[in-house]
Amino acid sequence: MLITCPYCGPRDVIEFTYQGDGNRERPQPASQNLDAWNAYVYDRLNPAGDHNEIWQHSGGCRSHLRVVRNTVTHEILSTSFARGGHKTESRS
Amino acid sequence: MAEYSAFSLLKNALTGNKDWKPAWRKPDPKASYDVIVIGGGGHGLSTAYYLAKEHGITNVAVLEKGWLGSGNVGRNTTAVRSNYLLPQNTRFYEHSMKLWENLSHDLNYNVMFSQRGCLNLAHTPAQLDDYARRGNAMRHLGVDAELWGVGRIKRLVPALDVSGSARFPVLGGLMQPRAGTARHDAVAWGYARGADRRGVDIIENCEVTGFLRDGDRITGVTTTRGEIRARKVALAVAGSTGHVMQLAGISHMPIESHVLQAFVSESLKPIVDTVLTFGMGHFYISQSDKGGLVYGGDLDGYNSYAQRGSLPIVDEVMSEMLALFPGLARVRMLRSWGGLCDMTMDGSPIITTGPLPGMYLNCGWCYGGFKATPASGWCFAYTIAKDEPHEFNAPFTLDRFYRGLIIDDKGQGANPRLH
Amino acid sequence: MSPRRTETGGRIDRLRTIRFTFDGAPYTGHAGDTLASALLANGVTLFGRSFKYHRPRGLLAAGVEEPNALVTVLRGEVREPNIPATMVEIYDGLVAVSQNRTPSLAWDIGALNQLGGKLLSAGFYYKTFMGPVIGPLKGTRFWMFCEHFIRRAAGLGKAGVAPDTSRYERMNAFCDVLVVGSGPAGLMAAKAAADQGARVILADLEAHFGGSANWSGETIDGMLAADWAQRMVAQLGGNDNVRLLPRTTVWGYYDGNTLAALERVTDHKEVAAKGEPRQRYWAIRAGTVVLATGSFERPLVFPGNDRPGVMLAHAAQRYAVEYGVLPGQRIALFTNNDSAYRSAAALKKAGAAVVAIIDVRGDISNEMRRLASDAEAELLAGHAVIATEGGKALTGLKVQRFDAMSGALSGDERSIHADSLLMSGGWSPTIHLASQAGAKAEWDPARQAFLPPKPTQRWIGAGAFTGSFSSAEAIAEGRAAGLQAAGGAASSAPLPVVEAVPGDPDPAPVFEIKAKGKSFVDFQHDVTAEDVRLAHREGFVSVEHLKRYTTLGMATDQGKNSNVPGLAIMAEALGKPIPEVGTTRFRPPYTAVSIGSLAAERFGDLKPERLTPMHDWHIANGATMYSAGLWFRPMIYGLAGETVEQAYVREAKATRESAGIVDVSTLGKIAVQGPDAAEFLDRVYTNMFSTLAVGKARYGLMLREDGLAFDDGTTWRLGEQEFLMTTTTANAGKVMQHLEYFLDVIWPELKVTVTSVTDEWAGAAIGGPNARAILASCVTGTAVDNAALPFMGIVHGRIAGVPVMICRLSFSGEMAFEVYSGAGYGNHVWEALIEAGKPFGLVPYGLEALGTMRIEKGHVTGAEIDGRTTARDLHLDWMLSKKKPFIGSAMMDREGLIAPDRLELVGLIALDNRPLNGGGHIVEELDEANPHDSLGHITACCYSPALGKYIALALVKGGKARHGTRAFVSDPLRNRFGPVEIVSNHFYDPDGSRMHG
Repeated sequence: MLITCPYCGPRDVIEFTYQGDGNRERPQPASQNLDAWNAYVYDRLNPAGDHNEIWQHSGGCRSHLRVVRNTVTHEILSTSFARGGHKTESRS
Repeated sequence: MAEYSAFSLLKNALTGNKDWKPAWRKPDPKASYDVIVIGGGGHGLSTAYYLAKEHGITNVAVLEKGWLGSGNVGRNTTAVRSNYLLPQNTRFYEHSMKLWENLSHDLNYNVMFSQRGCLNLAHTPAQLDDYARRGNAMRHLGVDAELWGVGRIKRLVPALDVSGSARFPVLGGLMQPRAGTARHDAVAWGYARGADRRGVDIIENCEVTGFLRDGDRITGVTTTRGEIRARKVALAVAGSTGHVMQLAGISHMPIESHVLQAFVSESLKPIVDTVLTFGMGHFYISQSDKGGLVYGGDLDGYNSYAQRGSLPIVDEVMSEMLALFPGLARVRMLRSWGGLCDMTMDGSPIITTGPLPGMYLNCGWCYGGFKATPASGWCFAYTIAKDEPHEFNAPFTLDRFYRGLIIDDKGQGANPRLH
Repeated sequence: MSPRRTETGGRIDRLRTIRFTFDGAPYTGHAGDTLASALLANGVTLFGRSFKYHRPRGLLAAGVEEPNALVTVLRGEVREPNIPATMVEIYDGLVAVSQNRTPSLAWDIGALNQLGGKLLSAGFYYKTFMGPVIGPLKGTRFWMFCEHFIRRAAGLGKAGVAPDTSRYERMNAFCDVLVVGSGPAGLMAAKAAADQGARVILADLEAHFGGSANWSGETIDGMLAADWAQRMVAQLGGNDNVRLLPRTTVWGYYDGNTLAALERVTDHKEVAAKGEPRQRYWAIRAGTVVLATGSFERPLVFPGNDRPGVMLAHAAQRYAVEYGVLPGQRIALFTNNDSAYRSAAALKKAGAAVVAIIDVRGDISNEMRRLASDAEAELLAGHAVIATEGGKALTGLKVQRFDAMSGALSGDERSIHADSLLMSGGWSPTIHLASQAGAKAEWDPARQAFLPPKPTQRWIGAGAFTGSFSSAEAIAEGRAAGLQAAGGAASSAPLPVVEAVPGDPDPAPVFEIKAKGKSFVDFQHDVTAEDVRLAHREGFVSVEHLKRYTTLGMATDQGKNSNVPGLAIMAEALGKPIPEVGTTRFRPPYTAVSIGSLAAERFGDLKPERLTPMHDWHIANGATMYSAGLWFRPMIYGLAGETVEQAYVREAKATRESAGIVDVSTLGKIAVQGPDAAEFLDRVYTNMFSTLAVGKARYGLMLREDGLAFDDGTTWRLGEQEFLMTTTTANAGKVMQHLEYFLDVIWPELKVTVTSVTDEWAGAAIGGPNARAILASCVTGTAVDNAALPFMGIVHGRIAGVPVMICRLSFSGEMAFEVYSGAGYGNHVWEALIEAGKPFGLVPYGLEALGTMRIEKGHVTGAEIDGRTTARDLHLDWMLSKKKPFIGSAMMDREGLIAPDRLELVGLIALDNRPLNGGGHIVEELDEANPHDSLGHITACCYSPALGKYIALALVKGGKARHGTRAFVSDPLRNRFGPVEIVSNHFYDPDGSRMHG
């Protein structure tokens, strides 16, 4: 698998660390809503198909990327910085 | 007389092997059953078998989307062990071990369970203490465990590099002598045959496409072979759990599906006579009766339903293998495959009633599902029959994560790829 | 002796004689020979024994698909088992031995298994060996007893124990076009792509490029196809943008058009040249791949088809044309298609007598009839071979009339005298890589073969791979593929002109001749047609069940010979067309790959070694080192004759009495900088950091999101916006990723950067009553007295001219300081401290003494923060701020995390005054024979010089409530049982008066 880091360009998957489901929303730090916290910490979308994920380019620029990837074909549909901007479209 | 025996083999040999019967029937699905088990893998089949055998519930269908045993029971590294740290896990897997020890007789099917031991190598004093903690925990639950020194390890596995000059020298190991390996396919076939003989319908090439509901309650399934109703619908679909639960309208689960690769070498004369694990990485190896070295390592590390692995893990696994066995550099890897693992947030499984009325859930086997096959089916059958868990699976609830009752043998927290 | 070397012909170098041994016997061959061709030229017909029945076997093939002739190649003590003799190029001094036979290839005791014949049918293992239900052999005993012998009888070659001394190498390559296979299609593709200026890699698993051109005997552009191929190769080799990789098997097609290949660099050489690895592992990222991998000829399934002397037709042609070796004097061919006629012609041309061509088809084209008569072969159309004769070599065969439609045999049997029988059951395209790349193959009823699927990755097929079996088609498709792959326009330029005997590419759909006797489908694994039918009877009808139940296709040739015939026999039994039985998905590797090549440079060098700047000093001063993750750290600095315990007790005692110094460079160090750094740390740590004054440090605790303890360490405020965080050695990387994740994903609004500076700083911790005096004697530029450097204070100064940062903090419980300097000067500063400490008896101490002093103090480390404990479990609840939320704060009070039966940190004192062991358990009631009801376990233990007792830290149920009570250590693994007292974890100086000084 090649992931196109918006900063470093296309790089082999070995340079990246998977950080899981990118759809999770962390409650506000002071939130006392335990259900929301539990959902955030433990529940995952786990689709067979396109999945919105967070990856860290840990063996490169160490940015976190938002990657849309197909979990059946491993095709990468897009990558962007997790903190926003610089979206790239790519095909694996 | 048992259907399968040395005598029946001889008798059939004399008649040209023309009279053997199918190991299981190929029935068409009926309109309704008492229980539908979704998933014709090891766990689904053993569930059906124990429903019939232990609870007398025989109006059961096992629905398999492909060919029976095509999931992880047909692609794993076949280790059977109960050498866990935490008592919830140890008790459950030890129950499984006890079922394994009599499984061939129980099924009248030789599943070739061979108790050749499982040896976890330790490479630092701290690791040895850690293994001692685990071994002692096992011993306090009546499970066998021994701490082995280097000399004894070398005698068991002469090809192992135990020299002090190794990058991670072997300092000792935790041995569970009753652990071992079994012939994985035979487990699926043996349970299928056993369930079939007790009246269970095993229906292959029957993919579940949706659930029938009465309000919240699950009342059956739609499949590629039509609608089938049931009082109880039990899921044992391992790596496909996320996908099937989504059909039931539940999109979020404490589960990620990951791919785990495994490898087989060309056939060799015996050289590794136990199940061996490397302590300074993630590597395990045994040798099949046919002579192939069967080995594997870490997850590829990202969600996948593709049953295909990536190269970095291949390289990592082979490197770790040669760190232990520098004499095997010229041995050749013959086959590789990728299996889907339903990784939970604490590395322990889920066997429970619900989460919807009429539904029963068995999943989250991470990459330890094969050894659990007998106990998983046994406990799941109990749970389905009685509508409450047996004490062996009572800790393995779905809500344990929310309640903080996590069973985290590796201490890695809610990070599935690290379990 | 019937096989022989011809007088002329072949690309072998007849002027060069090579000497080698096989099973100890000396042989000669010529340069260019494979072990197979050289032995065949010497008249050898017996090459191996099959897996199950130990039947004598000869060569079936000439290439990588050979299932029978497996040998072990020896290089000194180093063994390479299971190599097809067809893939071993001979060199002077080659030592090869046969396998899976006792005592010799000719006389193998294992052949007795054949007497078991029908008893050992497919799946027989599953039906027996279960043993008695009661008695001493119940359970798994009987099976394990039988298995002991089964294991020894099974297995092919023997692997070695002697470490392989060869070097393996990995190469990462990038190209626009990777061409796999160098037959006419591959050569044309490579040439067309190269001419477009593309960066091209051409790989072929054979030693010589050319593929079928090397033995087809056809004419291309007016010259012999083999010469045309060599000219093409020469042209390609002259291009800077082309890399030629002979002896290179492309074995894996991975995601992102990444392909894995194995180059056998020196396996064919007596001695490797300087710097050459044994094998090179190529990871190739290709823009586009041209798959020109050709096809495999299939065996026919008939009784006696495994007898030595029965060979694939094209293989015999290859031996004759490429190596100048005839597999027999009187050759018969048995076929269901036209290609065997070309083989017959080639063998006739090479000097063999072709006695008969037996064709299952009744209707033979005029062209084929002419070829048969040119070869002076009797043509037996509408016939089939029903038996073969001979022992370790073929002596003859029997034929009968055959109806290809019904499969019925009729008429009289007729014997034909022949010493070689060549078969052709049609051709299967080599679609393995395409299948690995994703999609499912499709059955072509005309070709009677699985054709490649539609591409799911960027590849283009050409030649026989696509089912286009003629050279003319291959050339056209190859050029088109090369052009397309390189982004060029289609060309209308004339193509090389092929002169070849025409032939129908479609075989008759005949796979098996049903007659009396064992007909083999999988040769190596001894799977017969009857086994396939038995699988059908027992319901193992899906292709995967067939494979698994009978082991069909699981041998080292991975079904290259047996897949399609096996499927065909199952399909017939089911009464279904072949595609409904299915096809298996091919997975990597295409052929077996050495494990050494995959480990490559990491063979013998698994992980990097992390060494602190003072590493050499430790070694020079007698330290015993051990690994801590990737790091090496001193365990003790033992004196002559000291035990480990004596050494650490001496070191700890000296520290508490005067002063000790320890290397703490391995601690994780992270620079946390920016306007929001303090706010960030407040969120990350359970306690407050925004209130920390500049120039002060504070001990901090982090939780995970789920509320469990994660890591601890001190963090130093170096400036208003600048902190230096320290972490435990083990968690340095994890903490770094944790911080980065929150900054990048969760709180991007915080203006903070984090930088790992672990390797930038060397650290030495110096502690003990005289530590301050030692520092005072060597530090310049700052005072180190209580006023200048209070507890948890930080100062900057110099030691031996080197800038240092000193923080007064204590892990040992003594008055102690951590001295940080630039890593490059770490040893310089360390030596200066040692020198300054001499008047005070300063001792260096290792991790054992460090551990001893921390146990005495009751501090926690990774043994207690093990991913399952909470702050409360460790009595660190005083650090949980109630003034602010922090990571884990919302989750840490869930019911399971505050349950009363959780394990809590306590101290233990051995009441029998004997050493305790880490990992020993704690019980209320001792039961050595039957240990039960564990209360918890020991996390760390030592002899405490301060207390004069053996003590330990432990995690015990009920923890604090048990202080002052008695319990027992129960350690059945090491047979250590005895009474302990449960006490507070703060054994020594609980109010901290020593470190506060």
